[in-house]
Amino acid sequence: MNAATWIPPVAVHPVPNGTGRTDIPASEIQVDLQRPALIHEEVRTSEPAIEFVNFNVWYGRTQAIFDVSMPIPRGAVTALIGPSGCGKSTLLRAINRINDLLPTVRNSGDIRVDGASIFGPQTDVIRLRQRIGMVFQKPNPFPMSIFENVVYPLRIRSIRNRKLLGDVCERSLKAAALWAEVQDRLHTSAMRLSGGQQQRLCIARAIAADPDVILMDEPCSALDPIATNKIEDLLATFRGRYTVIIVTHNMQQAARVSDYTAFMYLGRLIEFGPTATIFQRPSRPETLAYVTGRFG
Amino acid sequence: MTTPLPSRPDSGPARPTEGPLRSHAYGEPGLWYAAAGLVLALAMLAAFIGWILYSGVTTFWPRRVVQAKLRDGTSRIGEIVRFEYSRAPDGSSQPAWLLRTGNFELTQTHFTWVRQNDLDRFEEPAWAWVIERVEWGRFYGIPKALLVDDQPIAADPETIWAKFKELHPDTVARRRRRQALQTRDMGEVNARIEEARLSVRAAELRYGRDSTEVQRARAREEEVRRWAERAYERLKTEIESLEANNRRFQLRMVTADGREATLKLGDIVRAYPANQLARWDRVRIYLDRWHEYLTDSPREANSEGGIYPAIVGTVSMCLLLVVLVAPIGVLTAVYLREYARPSTWTSLMRIAISNLAAIPSIVYGVFGLGFFCYTVGATLDQWWFPARLPNPTYGKGALIWSSLTLAVLTLPVVIVTTEEALAAIPNSLREGSAAFGATRWQTIRRIVLPRALPGILTGIILALARGAGEVAPLMLVGAVKLAPELPVDGNFPWVHLHRSFMHLGFHIYDLGFQSPNSEAAKPMVYTTAMVLVTIVVVLNLLAIGIRNRIRSRFISETV
Repeated sequence: MNAATWIPPVAVHPVPNGTGRTDIPASEIQVDLQRPALIHEEVRTSEPAIEFVNFNVWYGRTQAIFDVSMPIPRGAVTALIGPSGCGKSTLLRAINRINDLLPTVRNSGDIRVDGASIFGPQTDVIRLRQRIGMVFQKPNPFPMSIFENVVYPLRIRSIRNRKLLGDVCERSLKAAALWAEVQDRLHTSAMRLSGGQQQRLCIARAIAADPDVILMDEPCSALDPIATNKIEDLLATFRGRYTVIIVTHNMQQAARVSDYTAFMYLGRLIEFGPTATIFQRPSRPETLAYVTGRFG
Repeated sequence: MTTPLPSRPDSGPARPTEGPLRSHAYGEPGLWYAAAGLVLALAMLAAFIGWILYSGVTTFWPRRVVQAKLRDGTSRIGEIVRFEYSRAPDGSSQPAWLLRTGNFELTQTHFTWVRQNDLDRFEEPAWAWVIERVEWGRFYGIPKALLVDDQPIAADPETIWAKFKELHPDTVARRRRRQALQTRDMGEVNARIEEARLSVRAAELRYGRDSTEVQRARAREEEVRRWAERAYERLKTEIESLEANNRRFQLRMVTADGREATLKLGDIVRAYPANQLARWDRVRIYLDRWHEYLTDSPREANSEGGIYPAIVGTVSMCLLLVVLVAPIGVLTAVYLREYARPSTWTSLMRIAISNLAAIPSIVYGVFGLGFFCYTVGATLDQWWFPARLPNPTYGKGALIWSSLTLAVLTLPVVIVTTEEALAAIPNSLREGSAAFGATRWQTIRRIVLPRALPGILTGIILALARGAGEVAPLMLVGAVKLAPELPVDGNFPWVHLHRSFMHLGFHIYDLGFQSPNSEAAKPMVYTTAMVLVTIVVVLNLLAIGIRNRIRSRFISETV
């Protein structure tokens, strides 16, 4: 859905704050796009790893992100939810500036990682990306062996110490719960793994880079339920160690794996709070409508 | 429970039950057209390849020798080449046989037509010999005597054949030794003289005409000349003794018209009594001829002997072409696809590159001659080989210029296929790599190029096939009728980029259209074509094998 198909907001209905009412017909839900995002107290007082400050993104002339300001709590799993095209992925891809690879992208506003702007003239994009791991929607193992896939982040830093490479490979594969399955065929092609294994390999690769932040762009949408389960289990072990931001379409998944959930709509941040609050007692009617599946 | 499938949708055209349109309106005409196209294409290919193979394979088979007895009492001995209806002087059409009769020094012709009206009968003389010679082509006749020191040692055909087999190999060995002395050893001496002369010239150019360096070089040259004279003397003596030894062994033959001819055994490449041979002997001669063909130099204006220099020339030219075209083409495509932002400028470049593929190849030849040979080559000569001027070293047709010209010619193929291979790589791989902080070049080198390699190799295979089959531009930039030296040999630096070379494609043209003895050359056209096709197929299979090995590493089995 994009801006053109959206009915412009009219009057704002009184919000049934925290009532848990789910009987408002979808046609009556109105979104006030001018209204600032609602960021719950728990998020505001947490220690931020990443901060968005009045952040906007355009693809050519189309604006995709509108004035998003939010902190991402450190060491927690934050889920970005919202209907297709709401800008979740764009927001995620802005953090490691991978969007810069697209020729028509423009940004304004700022993103700060550990307090430092990532758009500043002194920012080294290479160093920035080395601190931020990323897992993509579709498993994207590189056309090389399993071992080479995992140590790829080290290879591009020109690390040749075999012992170190071997250690990192083993540790990362163990952390991604893949070691037992592949330890006897590390030097076979990664393309021979199953889809779920490939995705866990991608996670192992992200871990091997020893990042502070891991970005996950719908990591389970191409996987079957069992593989999804394994990855969700994995995410639970990351809590405290990595700051994880996960984009997902699957609200059950967001509810299961995340500590905080941000609801986005049409490029705006609508509501951001602890996962339990967002799913059980959201403050905004749009959020309620979305998490109850009547909207989006 | 089973439900019968609906036989036809109601909305479909009704099936005509009669009338001429029936087969067309019902069924799948597209399938028939496609199949007909395939059959036509296969038939054309099969006819083409089949004809080349048939003609090429049968050329070297030793045929029986016939004697055509004519009504006027004369006769001809030779091998029947073909039979056709030819127009007689009176305008009537009558059958005639083309006989390869040889004996050029006696009859001034290699082939003779025998018309049916003139023919009394064909016979197969039991002891007629076919003799392949170093010079003058073939000889057909009946052996009369084998002479050693002008004394006959054998007079009946059987003994002559037995003695011939005994004596012939030694004379061939002496002939080869003499040839080696004449070309390799003499050539070495000449090269030393030339080297000394060049060092004098170089010293003159560098230090002035009367400098001490020049005087020293002159003294050295003088020394070399004295040494060379002694060497010449020694070689000449050895050659003369070899020749004198070979002159002792002679074969006296009688031709069909009763004339006698005496041949030196040393000048005979191969001789056999064609009608006495068992099947196995024929096979041996057949294989021996192939062996000579593939490993020997040509003789008699390329219509006899082998094509070894052309094989070496073709293969080295093709390999050099790949070495040159692959990096240039791949890097161009990488820039266009991975670095350049899409713009009018890149579109224009793509159009220009595609259009290059449509330019006639002779234009590339003219460009190569004008630019590579006469501009780049001449400049290189002035920089590196001023002492040799006015004799050009690089400023003429050369292996390197041929390969470069064909590299320019095949560049569009490599660029376009590489670009397609790059475009087929999912962006998620590039993003995945970039997300770890890889630079663009790291991503290209470690992820993109390895993944695109099968596609890139496809482009190189196409370029190779195109380059191997190209003749027209080569005629201008380096391929020659007869090259004195191979472009690749055992002398340092092993690959001689400045030498001109023989090429199978050009060899075919030369045999087919430039040969003074075109009837004899014609079968060689087919054998040469067969060898060229075989080489191209082998090179392609090699490249395809490599490509499939690489491809199997990248293809996901699960997907």
